[in-house]
Amino acid sequence: MKFTPAITQRTGLSTRQSVTYRAIAILLSVVGTGLVLMLFGLNPVRVFGAIIEGSMGTPIRIHQMINSAIPLVISTLGIIVAFKMKFWNIGGEGQIVMGAFGAAFVAYRLPDLPQPLLLLLMAVAAAAAGALWALIPAAFKAKMGTNETIFTLMMNYIAILFVTFLQYGPWKDPARAGFPRMPDFSPNAVLPNLFGNNIGWVIAMILTAFVYVFLSRTKKGYEITVVGESPETARYAGMNIPAIIIVAMAVSGGLCGLVGMIQASAIEKTLTATISAGYGFTAIITAWLARLNAIVALFVCVVFAMLVQGAAFIQLSLGVPAAVAGVVQGTILLFILGSEFFIQFKVRLPERRRRTV
Amino acid sequence: MTSFLAAAIVAATPLLFATVGELIMEKSGSLNLGVEGMMLMGAIAGFVGAAGSQNAGVALLSAFAAGAGGALIFAFLTVTLRANQVVTGLTLTIFGTGVTKFIGNAYMGQSVPGPVRAFFAKTAVPGLSDIPFIGDVFFKQDIFIYIGYAVVALATVFLFKTRGGLNLRAVGENASAADATGINVAFVRYMACVVGGGLCGLGGGYLGIVYVPMWQVDVVNGRGWIAVALVIFSAWNPIKAFAGSLLFGALAILGFTLQLMEVSISQYLVDMFPYIAAIVVVIISTHRNMKEDLPPMNLSVPYFREDR
Repeated sequence: MKFTPAITQRTGLSTRQSVTYRAIAILLSVVGTGLVLMLFGLNPVRVFGAIIEGSMGTPIRIHQMINSAIPLVISTLGIIVAFKMKFWNIGGEGQIVMGAFGAAFVAYRLPDLPQPLLLLLMAVAAAAAGALWALIPAAFKAKMGTNETIFTLMMNYIAILFVTFLQYGPWKDPARAGFPRMPDFSPNAVLPNLFGNNIGWVIAMILTAFVYVFLSRTKKGYEITVVGESPETARYAGMNIPAIIIVAMAVSGGLCGLVGMIQASAIEKTLTATISAGYGFTAIITAWLARLNAIVALFVCVVFAMLVQGAAFIQLSLGVPAAVAGVVQGTILLFILGSEFFIQFKVRLPERRRRTV
Repeated sequence: MTSFLAAAIVAATPLLFATVGELIMEKSGSLNLGVEGMMLMGAIAGFVGAAGSQNAGVALLSAFAAGAGGALIFAFLTVTLRANQVVTGLTLTIFGTGVTKFIGNAYMGQSVPGPVRAFFAKTAVPGLSDIPFIGDVFFKQDIFIYIGYAVVALATVFLFKTRGGLNLRAVGENASAADATGINVAFVRYMACVVGGGLCGLGGGYLGIVYVPMWQVDVVNGRGWIAVALVIFSAWNPIKAFAGSLLFGALAILGFTLQLMEVSISQYLVDMFPYIAAIVVVIISTHRNMKEDLPPMNLSVPYFREDR
């Protein structure tokens, strides 16, 4: 069966129209996700209700939700910087793990430094380690045009195996006989709380503003956007593309590295191989949903943190596996990707449908 | 040595299916980065099919259908709705991981039923298995692996010796020229996705049904991504994909073998080898400039008739 609707590129869509269409798209994606949930034999109203109750129902739950929004926001910022350049950095996981490693390295070597100094050094080491992990594929991309998608992804596995190696080998805590766990950080290496949440939320807000300004108001940010939109234009304008790739990926990896530091210092209070907890991947969804806008990303990430926290609650209250969060997230993004078409193009069904086989 | 190579083939088989599947999709111009997701869906579907029906055929079909279904979502979004292929592929992986974890939760720790396992027990091919060395390595395997050999042969013949394969390659190289000669570009890309995605599903199915004795969530563990790298390594040629899969299969079981030989190196460091090798492969393959090794010209380029 085949019919040929007339499809034309939309021109001059006003901001208001575009916002309206996007709102419809989000609404559709929620309805679509509900249908998918029904397909799995779940009551969508109960699931969505439980998600809101589980993430916002009590002050403690709100604090927990914010705690999981912090790493997601900062990873998303990192991904946004890379994706603006159409550099498909799917190595966020590895950059987070290496950042945590950098922070732990400092925390274990200098446990008795004054707290502010120690935390600052840990943050610097984490950002440097995350940036380094991103710069390896970036350098190959810049010099030789190596495919960054596979490269950054493989770097994830290498980073996780490296920290697993430390966890079972040289860095294993001798005090815990047989149990493969690394030693806890000294109290000075733990991030303080502010208003019930670790201070990471302040860092996340500041970084959001920083990335927003960096991408929309600075020369480097503009260059990153141009390289992403059209490398030919960038070359024609005399931009140094390899240098731009290097700077953007250093920022991207550095931000992800900071996530590792915050998680290791404030949440785990030690280094583990599972510290990235999928944030590097979820950040790809949130970055795209936010249309690579740092401010919008802040809100998207809070919604996603609600999904994650809510899903953990669903597991307890409804006995539904928490993995339902992954299904919901994936479905939402698939719907949003699909509805983008109706924003970009105008579809008119033909007056007469011609059917051929 | 023969037993090492025979085991390498077992480890290579899931990669082989997925690599050939992705290769077919890429030849038609679709860069589908959802291989990991399609393999996961194939793994759980194959496992559930086996557990539910006790029948190997049903298990195989379920795995194929799950992979093909995932690829259909991809095709609908990228071909019909013209979404960005890279992002859609990544989303498919995230979606597939979620669905697999969700469905697999109920099957955690369960094992594949006896009749299915018996069907996929090692069976020597009469005649061929008597060839010294080669027989021991290649022809004392399970039926799933023999299907893999057939897939390589069929894919090679189809792509390079038939009209359908020529059309598919034409669409991948230059969609508007193909359209001008009367080839239905969208239809070809949809079909390539269904068959290629189905093969990715079978690759995952091998992991879920044969490779691991009990269901576990991380069965695929990055193999989908290694398959994407192997397509580049193979220069879009199924026979080279077979060789590449074997190489990676050997690397994957190296740690285990070294342990048996009592070489003292951390298992976790040895486990890095396939991933490092995939990086090396990607670096080398982008560096060489042989004409016949280039990717399809229209790879990841959506086709709009209006754009002409």
